[in-house]
Amino acid sequence: MNQYLLSVYEVEGEVDGAPLTPEEMQAFMGRVIALEEEMDRAGAFAYGGALHGPEAATVVRGGTGLDKVTTDGPFVEAKEHIGGFYIVNAGNLDEALTWAEKVVEATNHDIEVRPFRATGRLQAGPGH
Amino acid sequence: MDDVERVFREAHGRAVATLTGLFGDITLAEDAVQDSFVTALDRWPREGVPGNPAGWIVTTARNRAVDVVRRSRRGRELTEHIATDRLRAEPTAALEDPELVPDDQLRLVFTCCHPAIRLEHQVALTLRLIAGLTPAEVASAFLVSDETMAKRLVRAKFKIKAAHIPYRVPEAAELPGRLRAVLSVLYLVYNAGADDVGRRDLRAEAIRLTRVLVALMPDEPEAVGLLALMLLSDARMPARGDGACVVLLKDQDRSLWDHSLINDGQSLVLACMRRRRLGPFQLQAAIQALHCAAPRYEATDWPAIVRFYDRLLTVMPTPVVALNRAVAVAETEGPEAALLLLDGVADELKEYHLLHASRASMLERLGRPQEAAEAYDRAAAMARTDADVIFLSRRLAEFAVGHAGPPGRRGCLAGCGSVRG
Repeated sequence: MNQYLLSVYEVEGEVDGAPLTPEEMQAFMGRVIALEEEMDRAGAFAYGGALHGPEAATVVRGGTGLDKVTTDGPFVEAKEHIGGFYIVNAGNLDEALTWAEKVVEATNHDIEVRPFRATGRLQAGPGH
Repeated sequence: MDDVERVFREAHGRAVATLTGLFGDITLAEDAVQDSFVTALDRWPREGVPGNPAGWIVTTARNRAVDVVRRSRRGRELTEHIATDRLRAEPTAALEDPELVPDDQLRLVFTCCHPAIRLEHQVALTLRLIAGLTPAEVASAFLVSDETMAKRLVRAKFKIKAAHIPYRVPEAAELPGRLRAVLSVLYLVYNAGADDVGRRDLRAEAIRLTRVLVALMPDEPEAVGLLALMLLSDARMPARGDGACVVLLKDQDRSLWDHSLINDGQSLVLACMRRRRLGPFQLQAAIQALHCAAPRYEATDWPAIVRFYDRLLTVMPTPVVALNRAVAVAETEGPEAALLLLDGVADELKEYHLLHASRASMLERLGRPQEAAEAYDRAAAMARTDADVIFLSRRLAEFAVGHAGPPGRRGCLAGCGSVRG
Protein backbone atom coordinates (compact mmCIF):
# COMPACT_ATOMS: atom_id res chain seq x y z
CA MET A 1 0.00 0.00 0.00
CA ASN A 2 1.29 3.47 -0.89
CA GLN A 3 0.35 6.91 0.36
CA TYR A 4 -0.49 9.95 -1.72
CA LEU A 5 -0.96 13.59 -0.82
CA LEU A 6 -4.03 15.10 -2.49
CA SER A 7 -3.66 18.87 -2.31
CA VAL A 8 -6.83 20.88 -2.84
CA TYR A 9 -5.86 24.04 -4.70
CA GLU A 10 -7.77 27.28 -4.30
CA VAL A 11 -7.31 30.34 -6.46
CA GLU A 12 -7.46 33.67 -4.70
CA GLY A 13 -10.53 35.71 -5.52
CA GLU A 14 -12.05 32.91 -7.56
CA VAL A 15 -15.63 32.30 -6.45
CA ASP A 16 -16.89 30.16 -9.34
CA GLY A 17 -18.98 27.41 -7.83
CA ALA A 18 -17.93 28.29 -4.29
CA PRO A 19 -20.73 27.75 -1.76
CA LEU A 20 -22.25 31.16 -0.98
CA THR A 21 -25.58 30.59 0.72
CA PRO A 22 -26.04 28.58 3.93
CA GLU A 23 -27.90 25.93 1.86
CA GLU A 24 -25.00 25.64 -0.57
CA MET A 25 -22.56 25.44 2.33
CA GLN A 26 -24.61 22.65 3.87
CA ALA A 27 -24.69 20.73 0.58
CA PHE A 28 -20.91 21.20 0.22
CA MET A 29 -20.26 19.90 3.72
CA GLY A 30 -22.60 16.99 3.07
CA ARG A 31 -20.61 15.98 -0.04
CA VAL A 32 -17.28 16.25 1.77
CA ILE A 33 -18.49 14.23 4.78
CA ALA A 34 -19.95 11.55 2.51
CA LEU A 35 -16.66 11.31 0.63
CA GLU A 36 -14.61 11.04 3.82
CA GLU A 37 -16.92 8.29 5.06
CA GLU A 38 -16.46 6.49 1.74
CA MET A 39 -12.66 6.79 2.17
CA ASP A 40 -12.97 5.41 5.70
CA ARG A 41 -14.95 2.40 4.55
CA ALA A 42 -12.34 1.67 1.85
CA GLY A 43 -9.49 2.04 4.36
CA ALA A 44 -8.13 4.89 2.23
CA PHE A 45 -8.46 7.81 4.68
CA ALA A 46 -5.16 8.44 6.48
CA TYR A 47 -5.71 12.09 7.36
CA GLY A 48 -7.06 15.26 5.86
CA GLY A 49 -9.02 18.44 6.28
CA ALA A 50 -9.52 22.05 5.30
CA LEU A 51 -6.94 24.73 6.18
CA HIS A 52 -7.32 28.36 7.12
CA GLY A 53 -6.21 30.74 4.38
CA PRO A 54 -2.68 32.05 3.77
CA GLU A 55 -3.45 35.04 6.03
CA ALA A 56 -3.26 32.58 8.94
CA ALA A 57 0.11 31.17 7.86
CA THR A 58 3.43 31.63 9.69
CA VAL A 59 6.85 30.86 8.25
CA VAL A 60 9.84 29.65 10.26
CA ARG A 61 13.23 29.89 8.56
CA GLY A 62 16.83 29.22 9.37
CA GLY A 63 18.49 26.94 11.89
CA THR A 64 18.04 26.93 15.65
CA GLY A 65 18.15 29.41 18.47
CA LEU A 66 19.09 32.94 17.45
CA ASP A 67 19.29 32.16 13.71
CA LYS A 68 15.65 31.23 13.69
CA VAL A 69 13.42 33.78 11.99
CA THR A 70 9.69 33.64 12.40
CA THR A 71 7.58 35.75 10.08
CA ASP A 72 3.97 36.34 9.24
CA GLY A 73 2.59 35.14 5.91
CA PRO A 74 2.73 32.18 3.53
CA PHE A 75 6.05 30.73 2.30
CA VAL A 76 5.28 31.59 -1.30
CA GLU A 77 3.17 34.60 -2.22
CA ALA A 78 0.97 33.26 -5.00
CA LYS A 79 -2.52 33.46 -6.37
CA GLU A 80 -2.97 29.73 -5.77
CA HIS A 81 -2.68 28.16 -2.36
CA ILE A 82 -3.49 24.86 -0.72
CA GLY A 83 -6.92 25.11 0.84
CA GLY A 84 -6.91 21.62 2.28
CA PHE A 85 -5.51 18.19 1.74
CA TYR A 86 -6.03 14.48 2.10
CA ILE A 87 -3.50 11.76 2.66
CA VAL A 88 -4.91 8.57 1.15
CA ASN A 89 -3.77 4.97 1.14
CA ALA A 90 -3.88 3.56 -2.39
CA GLY A 91 -2.42 0.56 -4.15
CA ASN A 92 -1.25 2.54 -7.17
CA LEU A 93 -1.57 5.87 -8.96
CA ASP A 94 -4.83 4.94 -10.69
CA GLU A 95 -6.50 4.27 -7.33
CA ALA A 96 -5.19 7.58 -5.99
CA LEU A 97 -6.46 9.37 -9.11
CA THR A 98 -9.91 7.85 -8.60
CA TRP A 99 -10.00 9.39 -5.10
CA ALA A 100 -8.72 12.67 -6.54
CA GLU A 101 -11.58 12.74 -9.05
CA LYS A 102 -14.03 12.28 -6.20
CA VAL A 103 -12.42 15.12 -4.24
CA VAL A 104 -12.70 17.34 -7.33
CA GLU A 105 -16.39 16.44 -7.58
CA ALA A 106 -17.05 17.12 -3.90
CA THR A 107 -15.04 20.35 -3.53
CA ASN A 108 -15.14 21.77 -7.06
CA HIS A 109 -11.40 22.52 -6.82
CA ASP A 110 -8.38 21.26 -8.74
CA ILE A 111 -6.26 18.60 -7.05
CA GLU A 112 -2.56 17.84 -7.23
CA VAL A 113 -1.64 14.22 -6.49
CA ARG A 114 1.84 13.44 -5.18
CA PRO A 115 3.22 10.11 -4.05
CA PHE A 116 4.92 9.92 -0.66
CA ARG A 117 8.56 8.97 -0.75
CA ALA A 118 9.17 6.54 2.07
CA THR A 119 11.31 8.30 4.70
CA GLY A 120 11.63 8.35 8.46
CA ARG A 121 9.11 6.29 10.35
CA LEU A 122 7.20 5.50 7.17
CA GLN A 123 10.28 3.68 5.84
CA ALA A 124 11.32 2.11 9.14
CA GLY A 125 7.84 0.72 9.73
CA PRO A 126 5.86 0.46 12.98
CA GLY A 127 7.69 0.11 16.29
CA HIS A 128 10.43 2.66 15.50
CA MET B 1 17.73 -2.54 -41.67
CA ASP B 2 19.56 -5.85 -41.32
CA ASP B 3 18.01 -9.05 -39.95
CA VAL B 4 19.50 -8.76 -36.49
CA GLU B 5 18.24 -5.22 -36.14
CA ARG B 6 14.76 -6.32 -37.22
CA VAL B 7 14.77 -9.18 -34.71
CA PHE B 8 15.87 -6.75 -32.00
CA ARG B 9 13.11 -4.25 -32.79
CA GLU B 10 10.45 -6.92 -32.83
CA ALA B 11 11.73 -8.67 -29.72
CA HIS B 12 12.29 -5.50 -27.71
CA GLY B 13 8.73 -4.65 -26.70
CA ARG B 14 7.90 -8.25 -25.90
CA ALA B 15 11.09 -8.79 -23.90
CA VAL B 16 10.82 -5.56 -21.88
CA ALA B 17 7.11 -6.24 -21.25
CA THR B 18 7.71 -9.81 -20.09
CA LEU B 19 10.57 -8.83 -17.80
CA THR B 20 8.66 -5.89 -16.35
CA GLY B 21 5.86 -8.34 -15.59
CA LEU B 22 8.32 -10.63 -13.81
CA PHE B 23 10.40 -8.07 -11.91
CA GLY B 24 8.10 -5.06 -11.62
CA ASP B 25 10.85 -2.68 -12.70
CA ILE B 26 10.98 -1.13 -16.17
CA THR B 27 14.57 0.13 -15.91
CA LEU B 28 15.86 -3.26 -14.80
CA ALA B 29 13.95 -4.87 -17.67
CA GLU B 30 15.27 -2.40 -20.24
CA ASP B 31 18.89 -2.80 -19.10
CA ALA B 32 18.67 -6.59 -19.09
CA VAL B 33 17.19 -6.65 -22.61
CA GLN B 34 19.94 -4.30 -23.76
CA ASP B 35 22.56 -6.64 -22.31
CA SER B 36 20.99 -9.63 -24.05
CA PHE B 37 21.19 -7.76 -27.38
CA VAL B 38 24.89 -7.12 -26.76
CA THR B 39 25.37 -10.83 -26.05
CA ALA B 40 23.45 -11.70 -29.22
CA LEU B 41 25.62 -9.38 -31.32
CA ASP B 42 28.65 -11.23 -30.01
CA ARG B 43 27.34 -14.80 -30.28
CA TRP B 44 24.93 -14.93 -33.20
CA PRO B 45 27.53 -14.18 -35.92
CA ARG B 46 29.70 -17.04 -34.58
CA GLU B 47 27.08 -19.56 -33.53
CA GLY B 48 24.26 -18.68 -35.89
CA VAL B 49 20.89 -17.06 -35.17
CA PRO B 50 18.80 -19.28 -32.84
CA GLY B 51 15.59 -20.84 -34.14
CA ASN B 52 13.40 -18.62 -31.95
CA PRO B 53 15.47 -15.42 -31.72
CA ALA B 54 12.85 -13.43 -29.78
CA GLY B 55 12.47 -16.25 -27.24
CA TRP B 56 16.26 -16.46 -26.91
CA ILE B 57 16.35 -12.71 -26.14
CA VAL B 58 13.65 -13.04 -23.45
CA THR B 59 15.35 -16.00 -21.76
CA THR B 60 18.83 -14.43 -21.87
CA ALA B 61 17.49 -11.13 -20.53
CA ARG B 62 15.55 -12.93 -17.80
CA ASN B 63 18.72 -14.76 -16.65
CA ARG B 64 20.66 -11.53 -16.80
CA ALA B 65 18.06 -9.71 -14.68
CA VAL B 66 18.09 -12.52 -12.10
CA ASP B 67 21.89 -12.10 -11.84
CA VAL B 68 21.59 -8.34 -11.38
CA VAL B 69 18.89 -8.67 -8.76
CA ARG B 70 20.82 -11.31 -6.78
CA ARG B 71 23.97 -9.22 -6.76
CA SER B 72 22.41 -6.23 -5.04
CA ARG B 73 21.50 -6.56 -1.38
CA ARG B 74 18.15 -4.89 -1.79
CA GLY B 75 17.60 -7.11 -4.74
CA ARG B 76 18.26 -10.23 -2.66
CA GLU B 77 15.41 -9.26 -0.36
CA LEU B 78 13.29 -8.50 -3.38
CA THR B 79 13.88 -11.90 -4.96
CA GLU B 80 13.22 -13.63 -1.66
CA HIS B 81 9.94 -11.86 -1.13
CA ILE B 82 8.48 -11.48 -4.56
CA ALA B 83 10.21 -12.78 -7.56
CA THR B 84 11.84 -16.12 -6.79
CA ASP B 85 8.69 -18.18 -6.52
CA ARG B 86 7.36 -16.77 -9.71
CA LEU B 87 10.70 -17.07 -11.49
CA ARG B 88 11.00 -20.70 -10.45
CA ALA B 89 7.42 -21.42 -11.39
CA GLU B 90 7.79 -19.79 -14.81
CA PRO B 91 9.02 -22.48 -17.18
CA THR B 92 11.37 -21.20 -19.87
CA ALA B 93 9.20 -22.67 -22.59
CA ALA B 94 6.29 -20.44 -21.57
CA LEU B 95 8.48 -17.34 -21.72
CA GLU B 96 9.58 -18.19 -25.22
CA ASP B 97 6.12 -18.91 -26.59
CA PRO B 98 5.05 -15.74 -28.39
CA GLU B 99 1.38 -16.70 -28.03
CA LEU B 100 1.45 -16.86 -24.26
CA VAL B 101 2.72 -13.45 -23.19
CA PRO B 102 0.79 -10.77 -25.09
CA ASP B 103 -0.90 -9.45 -21.92
CA ASP B 104 2.36 -8.03 -20.68
CA GLN B 105 2.87 -6.15 -23.93
CA LEU B 106 -0.55 -4.59 -23.60
CA ARG B 107 0.17 -3.61 -19.99
CA LEU B 108 3.42 -1.98 -21.07
CA VAL B 109 1.64 0.04 -23.78
CA PHE B 110 -0.90 1.37 -21.28
CA THR B 111 1.84 2.17 -18.75
CA CYS B 112 3.91 4.10 -21.31
CA CYS B 113 0.83 6.04 -22.47
CA HIS B 114 -0.56 6.81 -19.00
CA PRO B 115 -2.10 10.30 -18.88
CA ALA B 116 -0.04 11.11 -15.76
CA ILE B 117 3.02 11.15 -18.06
CA ARG B 118 3.32 14.15 -20.34
CA LEU B 119 2.58 13.48 -23.98
CA GLU B 120 6.09 13.96 -25.41
CA HIS B 121 7.38 11.56 -22.76
CA GLN B 122 4.66 9.04 -23.63
CA VAL B 123 5.77 9.11 -27.26
CA ALA B 124 9.45 8.78 -26.34
CA LEU B 125 8.80 5.86 -23.98
CA THR B 126 6.66 4.07 -26.55
CA LEU B 127 9.34 4.37 -29.22
CA ARG B 128 12.10 3.35 -26.84
CA LEU B 129 10.52 0.51 -24.88
CA ILE B 130 7.88 -0.91 -27.20
CA ALA B 131 9.26 -0.12 -30.65
CA GLY B 132 12.81 -0.77 -29.48
CA LEU B 133 14.42 2.31 -31.05
CA THR B 134 17.69 3.30 -29.43
CA PRO B 135 17.63 6.53 -27.37
CA ALA B 136 19.68 8.18 -30.16
CA GLU B 137 17.12 7.13 -32.79
CA VAL B 138 14.25 8.45 -30.67
CA ALA B 139 16.18 11.72 -30.24
CA SER B 140 16.70 12.15 -33.98
CA ALA B 141 13.04 11.33 -34.70
CA PHE B 142 12.01 14.33 -32.61
CA LEU B 143 14.89 16.60 -33.50
CA VAL B 144 16.25 16.91 -29.97
CA SER B 145 19.75 16.19 -28.68
CA ASP B 146 20.63 12.74 -27.34
CA GLU B 147 21.13 14.32 -23.94
CA THR B 148 17.67 15.91 -23.89
CA MET B 149 16.06 12.63 -24.92
CA ALA B 150 18.02 10.66 -22.33
CA LYS B 151 16.75 13.08 -19.67
CA ARG B 152 13.17 12.72 -20.90
CA LEU B 153 13.34 8.94 -20.75
CA VAL B 154 14.88 8.95 -17.28
CA ARG B 155 12.24 11.39 -15.99
CA ALA B 156 9.40 9.39 -17.48
CA LYS B 157 10.65 6.14 -15.98
CA PHE B 158 11.18 7.87 -12.64
CA LYS B 159 7.57 9.07 -12.66
CA ILE B 160 6.27 5.55 -13.35
CA LYS B 161 8.25 4.18 -10.42
CA ALA B 162 7.78 6.99 -7.89
CA ALA B 163 4.05 7.50 -8.48
CA HIS B 164 3.43 3.74 -8.78
CA ILE B 165 1.79 3.98 -12.18
CA PRO B 166 0.20 0.53 -12.38
CA TYR B 167 1.31 -2.11 -14.84
CA ARG B 168 -2.11 -3.18 -16.02
CA VAL B 169 -4.74 -2.83 -18.69
CA PRO B 170 -7.35 -0.31 -17.47
CA GLU B 171 -10.75 -1.58 -16.40
CA ALA B 172 -13.71 -1.39 -18.75
CA ALA B 173 -14.97 1.92 -17.35
CA GLU B 174 -11.68 3.76 -18.00
CA LEU B 175 -10.70 1.85 -21.11
CA PRO B 176 -12.20 4.08 -23.85
CA GLY B 177 -10.38 7.20 -22.63
CA ARG B 178 -7.12 5.41 -21.98
CA LEU B 179 -7.20 3.55 -25.30
CA ARG B 180 -7.75 6.87 -27.09
CA ALA B 181 -4.52 8.13 -25.47
CA VAL B 182 -2.62 5.04 -26.69
CA LEU B 183 -3.98 5.41 -30.22
CA SER B 184 -3.09 9.12 -30.29
CA VAL B 185 0.49 8.29 -29.35
CA LEU B 186 0.73 5.69 -32.13
CA TYR B 187 -0.74 8.18 -34.62
CA LEU B 188 1.79 10.82 -33.51
CA VAL B 189 4.58 8.30 -34.17
CA TYR B 190 3.10 7.57 -37.60
CA ASN B 191 2.81 11.25 -38.46
CA ALA B 192 6.36 11.93 -37.37
CA GLY B 193 7.27 9.44 -40.10
CA ALA B 194 4.79 10.86 -42.61
CA ASP B 195 5.94 14.48 -42.24
CA ASP B 196 9.42 13.41 -43.22
CA VAL B 197 9.39 10.87 -46.06
CA GLY B 198 12.89 9.77 -45.03
CA ARG B 199 11.55 8.46 -41.70
CA ARG B 200 9.83 5.50 -43.27
CA ASP B 201 10.95 3.37 -40.31
CA LEU B 202 8.78 5.40 -37.91
CA ARG B 203 5.71 4.75 -40.07
CA ALA B 204 6.55 1.06 -40.23
CA GLU B 205 6.95 0.90 -36.44
CA ALA B 206 3.66 2.71 -35.85
CA ILE B 207 1.87 0.28 -38.17
CA ARG B 208 3.53 -2.72 -36.56
CA LEU B 209 2.56 -1.57 -33.05
CA THR B 210 -1.00 -0.81 -34.14
CA ARG B 211 -1.24 -4.30 -35.65
CA VAL B 212 -0.07 -5.73 -32.30
CA LEU B 213 -2.74 -3.64 -30.54
CA VAL B 214 -5.46 -4.81 -32.94
CA ALA B 215 -4.39 -8.42 -32.42
CA LEU B 216 -4.48 -7.95 -28.65
CA MET B 217 -7.80 -6.01 -28.57
CA PRO B 218 -9.74 -7.25 -31.59
CA ASP B 219 -13.03 -5.89 -30.21
CA GLU B 220 -11.88 -2.27 -30.16
CA PRO B 221 -13.05 -0.72 -33.44
CA GLU B 222 -11.05 2.48 -33.00
CA ALA B 223 -7.80 0.47 -32.98
CA VAL B 224 -8.91 -1.14 -36.25
CA GLY B 225 -9.85 2.32 -37.57
CA LEU B 226 -6.39 3.67 -36.79
CA LEU B 227 -4.73 0.72 -38.52
CA ALA B 228 -6.90 1.29 -41.61
CA LEU B 229 -6.10 5.01 -41.56
CA MET B 230 -2.36 4.30 -41.46
CA LEU B 231 -2.50 1.68 -44.23
CA LEU B 232 -4.54 3.92 -46.55
CA SER B 233 -2.19 6.81 -45.93
CA ASP B 234 0.89 4.64 -46.42
CA ALA B 235 -0.52 3.28 -49.69
CA ARG B 236 -0.30 6.76 -51.23
CA MET B 237 3.19 7.57 -49.94
CA PRO B 238 4.98 6.46 -53.13
CA ALA B 239 3.03 9.09 -55.12
CA ARG B 240 3.63 11.89 -52.63
CA GLY B 241 7.04 12.82 -53.96
CA ASP B 242 10.57 12.02 -52.89
CA GLY B 243 10.50 14.27 -49.88
CA ALA B 244 12.03 17.19 -51.73
CA CYS B 245 8.61 18.45 -52.79
CA VAL B 246 4.98 17.69 -52.06
CA VAL B 247 2.84 16.23 -54.83
CA LEU B 248 -0.81 17.10 -54.21
CA LEU B 249 -3.51 14.46 -54.12
CA LYS B 250 -4.96 16.05 -57.24
CA ASP B 251 -1.70 15.67 -59.14
CA GLN B 252 -0.62 12.27 -57.84
CA ASP B 253 0.05 9.42 -60.26
CA ARG B 254 -2.50 6.97 -58.87
CA SER B 255 -0.80 4.01 -60.53
CA LEU B 256 1.99 4.48 -57.96
CA TRP B 257 -0.42 3.84 -55.09
CA ASP B 258 0.04 0.51 -53.31
CA HIS B 259 -3.23 -1.22 -54.17
CA SER B 260 -2.69 -4.20 -51.92
CA LEU B 261 -2.39 -1.84 -48.91
CA ILE B 262 -5.50 -0.02 -50.15
CA ASN B 263 -7.39 -3.32 -50.29
CA ASP B 264 -6.32 -4.17 -46.74
CA GLY B 265 -7.31 -0.72 -45.48
CA GLN B 266 -10.65 -0.75 -47.25
CA SER B 267 -11.60 -4.19 -45.89
CA LEU B 268 -10.86 -2.93 -42.37
CA VAL B 269 -13.04 0.14 -43.01
CA LEU B 270 -15.89 -2.07 -44.25
CA ALA B 271 -15.59 -4.23 -41.12
CA CYS B 272 -15.83 -1.05 -39.02
CA MET B 273 -18.92 0.13 -40.92
CA ARG B 274 -20.65 -3.18 -40.17
CA ARG B 275 -19.87 -2.81 -36.47
CA ARG B 276 -21.60 0.60 -36.35
CA ARG B 277 -19.51 2.01 -33.51
CA LEU B 278 -17.81 4.71 -35.56
CA GLY B 279 -15.29 6.86 -33.68
CA PRO B 280 -12.88 9.54 -34.93
CA PHE B 281 -10.20 7.20 -36.31
CA GLN B 282 -12.72 5.03 -38.15
CA LEU B 283 -14.37 8.09 -39.72
CA GLN B 284 -11.01 9.47 -40.85
CA ALA B 285 -10.18 6.06 -42.30
CA ALA B 286 -13.53 6.02 -44.13
CA ILE B 287 -12.72 9.39 -45.71
CA GLN B 288 -9.31 8.13 -46.83
CA ALA B 289 -10.93 4.95 -48.17
CA LEU B 290 -13.18 7.10 -50.38
CA HIS B 291 -10.16 9.04 -51.70
CA CYS B 292 -8.40 5.76 -52.44
CA ALA B 293 -11.47 4.36 -54.21
CA ALA B 294 -11.40 7.08 -56.88
CA PRO B 295 -9.52 6.05 -60.04
CA ARG B 296 -9.11 9.75 -60.92
CA TYR B 297 -9.29 12.92 -58.79
CA GLU B 298 -12.35 14.02 -60.76
CA ALA B 299 -14.11 10.75 -59.91
CA THR B 300 -13.87 11.37 -56.13
CA ASP B 301 -17.18 10.96 -54.30
CA TRP B 302 -17.07 14.40 -52.65
CA PRO B 303 -20.67 14.42 -51.32
CA ALA B 304 -19.94 11.18 -49.41
CA ILE B 305 -16.68 12.65 -48.11
CA VAL B 306 -18.48 15.78 -46.88
CA ARG B 307 -21.06 13.57 -45.11
CA PHE B 308 -18.28 11.70 -43.27
CA TYR B 309 -16.67 15.02 -42.32
CA ASP B 310 -20.05 16.13 -40.91
CA ARG B 311 -20.08 13.06 -38.68
CA LEU B 312 -16.41 13.48 -37.80
CA LEU B 313 -17.06 17.07 -36.75
CA THR B 314 -19.74 15.91 -34.29
CA VAL B 315 -17.38 13.46 -32.54
CA MET B 316 -14.20 15.51 -32.97
CA PRO B 317 -15.15 19.19 -33.15
CA THR B 318 -11.67 20.63 -33.72
CA PRO B 319 -10.76 23.53 -36.03
CA VAL B 320 -8.47 21.25 -38.08
CA VAL B 321 -11.39 18.92 -38.85
CA ALA B 322 -13.47 21.98 -39.78
CA LEU B 323 -10.66 23.07 -42.13
CA ASN B 324 -10.52 19.71 -43.90
CA ARG B 325 -14.30 19.67 -44.19
CA ALA B 326 -14.19 23.14 -45.78
CA VAL B 327 -11.73 21.91 -48.40
CA ALA B 328 -14.11 19.05 -49.28
CA VAL B 329 -17.04 21.48 -49.41
CA ALA B 330 -15.14 23.45 -52.08
CA GLU B 331 -15.67 20.43 -54.36
CA THR B 332 -19.42 20.16 -53.70
CA GLU B 333 -20.50 23.79 -53.24
CA GLY B 334 -17.61 25.72 -54.74
CA PRO B 335 -14.71 27.82 -53.46
CA GLU B 336 -16.82 30.71 -52.19
CA ALA B 337 -18.70 28.53 -49.67
CA ALA B 338 -15.40 26.94 -48.65
CA LEU B 339 -13.72 30.30 -48.13
CA LEU B 340 -16.52 31.37 -45.78
CA LEU B 341 -16.03 28.19 -43.73
CA LEU B 342 -12.25 28.69 -43.68
CA ASP B 343 -12.64 32.25 -42.45
CA GLY B 344 -14.74 30.81 -39.62
CA VAL B 345 -11.71 28.95 -38.21
CA ALA B 346 -9.05 31.46 -39.36
CA ASP B 347 -8.63 32.92 -35.89
CA GLU B 348 -7.97 29.61 -34.16
CA LEU B 349 -5.66 28.34 -36.92
CA LYS B 350 -3.83 31.54 -37.81
CA GLU B 351 -0.46 29.88 -37.17
CA TYR B 352 -1.27 26.70 -39.13
CA HIS B 353 0.25 26.78 -42.62
CA LEU B 354 -2.50 24.62 -44.15
CA LEU B 355 -5.14 27.20 -43.26
CA HIS B 356 -3.31 29.81 -45.34
CA ALA B 357 -2.53 27.33 -48.12
CA SER B 358 -6.22 26.38 -48.30
CA ARG B 359 -7.38 30.00 -48.28
CA ALA B 360 -4.83 30.75 -51.01
CA SER B 361 -6.18 27.94 -53.15
CA MET B 362 -9.79 29.16 -52.78
CA LEU B 363 -8.82 32.78 -53.50
CA GLU B 364 -6.93 31.63 -56.57
CA ARG B 365 -9.98 29.74 -57.83
CA LEU B 366 -12.14 32.81 -57.19
CA GLY B 367 -9.81 34.91 -59.38
CA ARG B 368 -8.37 37.00 -56.55
CA PRO B 369 -4.62 36.56 -57.29
CA GLN B 370 -3.37 39.40 -55.06
CA GLU B 371 -4.99 37.98 -51.91
CA ALA B 372 -4.02 34.46 -52.96
CA ALA B 373 -0.36 35.48 -53.20
CA GLU B 374 -0.50 37.00 -49.73
CA ALA B 375 -2.02 33.83 -48.32
CA TYR B 376 0.62 31.60 -50.01
CA ASP B 377 3.27 33.89 -48.56
CA ARG B 378 1.88 33.43 -45.05
CA ALA B 379 1.59 29.66 -45.57
CA ALA B 380 5.23 29.37 -46.71
CA ALA B 381 6.39 31.36 -43.68
CA MET B 382 4.64 28.92 -41.33
CA ALA B 383 5.24 25.58 -43.05
CA ARG B 384 6.97 23.03 -40.85
CA THR B 385 8.68 20.70 -43.30
CA ASP B 386 11.14 21.52 -46.06
CA ALA B 387 8.94 19.88 -48.68
CA ASP B 388 5.98 22.08 -47.74
CA VAL B 389 8.14 25.20 -47.80
CA ILE B 390 9.47 24.37 -51.27
CA PHE B 391 5.99 23.62 -52.61
CA LEU B 392 4.46 26.81 -51.23
CA SER B 393 7.39 28.98 -52.27
CA ARG B 394 7.04 27.66 -55.83
CA ARG B 395 3.36 28.57 -55.91
CA LEU B 396 4.37 31.99 -54.63
CA ALA B 397 7.03 32.34 -57.31
CA GLU B 398 4.43 31.56 -59.98
CA PHE B 399 2.46 34.55 -58.78
CA ALA B 400 5.55 36.73 -58.64
CA VAL B 401 6.18 36.25 -62.37
CA GLY B 402 2.64 37.28 -63.08
CA HIS B 403 0.63 34.15 -63.78
CA ALA B 404 -1.36 31.85 -61.59
CA GLY B 405 0.05 28.58 -62.88
CA PRO B 406 -1.57 26.17 -65.29
CA PRO B 407 -5.22 25.55 -64.48
CA GLY B 408 -4.67 21.85 -63.89
CA ARG B 409 -2.32 22.52 -61.00
CA ARG B 410 -4.83 24.11 -58.74
CA GLY B 411 -4.72 22.20 -55.55
CA CYS B 412 -4.58 22.29 -51.89
CA LEU B 413 -2.28 20.65 -49.40
CA ALA B 414 -5.09 20.17 -46.92
CA GLY B 415 -7.90 17.70 -47.34
CA CYS B 416 -5.71 14.98 -48.74
CA GLY B 417 -3.70 14.25 -45.69
CA SER B 418 -4.25 13.39 -42.10
CA VAL B 419 -6.41 15.19 -39.64
CA ARG B 420 -4.52 16.30 -36.63
CA GLY B 421 -5.25 18.47 -33.64
